[in-house]
Amino acid sequence: MRKIGIPRSLFYYYYGNLWQDFFDALKIDYIVSPITNKEIMEKGMKIAGSEMCLSLKNYLGHIDYLKDKCEYILVPRISNFKNDNQTCTNFWAIYDIVNNLFETKILNYNIDIKKHQTLKKGLFKIGKILNKSHFEIKKAYHYAIIKEKKRLKKNHQINQNKLKSKKTKILITGHPYNLYDELIGKEIIKYLNNNQVEIIYSDKFDPKITNKLSKKISKDLYFKYSKDNLGAIVYSQDKIDGIIFISAFPCGPDSLANELAMRKIDKPYLNIVIDDSTSFAGIETRLESFLDMLGGKLND
Amino acid sequence: MTKIAFPQMGDYHIPATYLLTHIFPNDQVINAPKITNKTIELGTKYSPDFVCTPFKYTLGTMIECLEKGANILIQMGGGCRYGYYASLQEKILKDLGYNFKIINLVTKGETNLKRINKLFKQINPKYSKIKTIYYSFITLKMVKYMDIIDDYIRENIGFEQIEGSFEKLKEEMLNEFKHIKGYRNLKKIYKKYLNKFYNLKTYKPDNRLKIGIIGELYTIMEPFSNYYLEKSLAKHHIEIKRFTNVHYLLLEKAKEYKKYQKYAKEYFKYSMGADASDNIARCKYLCENGYDGIIHIKSSFCTPEIGAMPIINKIANTYQKPVLFFSFDSATSKTGIETRLEAFYDMLEMRKEK
Repeated sequence: MRKIGIPRSLFYYYYGNLWQDFFDALKIDYIVSPITNKEIMEKGMKIAGSEMCLSLKNYLGHIDYLKDKCEYILVPRISNFKNDNQTCTNFWAIYDIVNNLFETKILNYNIDIKKHQTLKKGLFKIGKILNKSHFEIKKAYHYAIIKEKKRLKKNHQINQNKLKSKKTKILITGHPYNLYDELIGKEIIKYLNNNQVEIIYSDKFDPKITNKLSKKISKDLYFKYSKDNLGAIVYSQDKIDGIIFISAFPCGPDSLANELAMRKIDKPYLNIVIDDSTSFAGIETRLESFLDMLGGKLND
Repeated sequence: MTKIAFPQMGDYHIPATYLLTHIFPNDQVINAPKITNKTIELGTKYSPDFVCTPFKYTLGTMIECLEKGANILIQMGGGCRYGYYASLQEKILKDLGYNFKIINLVTKGETNLKRINKLFKQINPKYSKIKTIYYSFITLKMVKYMDIIDDYIRENIGFEQIEGSFEKLKEEMLNEFKHIKGYRNLKKIYKKYLNKFYNLKTYKPDNRLKIGIIGELYTIMEPFSNYYLEKSLAKHHIEIKRFTNVHYLLLEKAKEYKKYQKYAKEYFKYSMGADASDNIARCKYLCENGYDGIIHIKSSFCTPEIGAMPIINKIANTYQKPVLFFSFDSATSKTGIETRLEAFYDMLEMRKEK
């Protein structure tokens, strides 16, 4: 039995690398749940309420996979990064949902900058629970944070290089936990890759730049991850050929924020909403015609 | 000339109209028409696919108000994705070709007097601040009185001796509230009607059924959007307990939340957005205080409530109390709701007889 289980869903795509670096430096063995497969997804759907969003169902499936394979499961709660950078209310509730539905021990920290709960405090709290000394935790934290910053810089650089490419460039707007999940968005990305499209991911830009740019779409936005995504549209608008919105059904923030973006941009776009019964064949047809349309535009 | 309009909810258009007509005496306040099926059709037609239902209701009302000639719309926001309503509705309506200005009183879940002052100046630069404070105070009191009387009605309307007596009296009272002259006048009218309500004849048997209604705030407070749930419960002679009202949301929520958190700390640790965590604590309260059943209502896709539902289910399981979950959409059929309600009611009766 391992010490800590990390579900490969939701928060993993924002903090996964940082957590792994942190635990590596602390010499704690952990297990990351496997890439989503049908079994995990179906289990999640059984546990979750029928109206929950697909990503949350998926997350609960991953937790179920981990529940007897480790001592603790890492479930953070993320509420806000200052007042105008909140997160989806599912992120607020996730700790309590997991705590009530499962009986495993949970390793939890809370990010709520309004109440001065930061990532640093959270990771220190976790380290204390795992019986590490203050000095060890501090060292591990700095190691992980520096690596994370380098990663961010690198990703931003890669994205900027991609913007200079001569292939058809498509910006993919969506939450990373949907885009990179095997059963949610991966197939779309694979299809685009096979068709010689240069894919630019909206979440790989530096959030410090994109977050501010989102004001050009609307000043009333306050969901952080939506802001980052919409800012990426503003940032890259002049250099791309088209935009694909990918969201899971029924995503609360996306339903309004994406609609707002679609009404304000003047680029060709495709809106894909994925739920548990979506077949890829249907999406493929839509992608094909979208690429056709873009191609036609390029030849002019 | 400025014509002000705002989306409506329940009977609260009366205090809101009172406030606005007194702050802006030279401008016209347009009363939104009652919500009908046509309103929802209009709203649904122009809304995004999986937005929550209040968006559709308010958008439909806004269109109807604009058709009546309104050129300033008032909207609020905060808590969940409610905060996005104003900017998207503005964009949708502008795309439809309407010419108007939207005033968003609350952004990002927060507001302050400075901001409200700035916004009111946009409506009328010469508005009086002192009058605004005075009339806001009266309006808040009016809301409080309405909520107190509503609570009393909910507990007793199922047991009235003369059919329709409660509703008739309430209508009378609201009509007088529209034309009050000041705070003293308001208080006098309120006391008069409170006495009248106490004197209405009721017959309350000891083994009556008691049901608590919890859930998402708009659906709970706008009777059209919950298909007059409270009315149909009253027909079955059931005592109803409801917690959410505007006075609670405006003034009590911050204080009550801490109590709730302490009370139900084994079920939730953090706030879950909007009223979700309040509802969890209320569910526990209803289970522990001898209520026979719980009805949880929400509009479909309400994210915070969806998160709270599994926890509410768990509490009900521990206390062995029945819960009925309703999720209302613009396409929900009334018959379906009635059938489920009927079955729920029958089950409660059977449990009671045991």
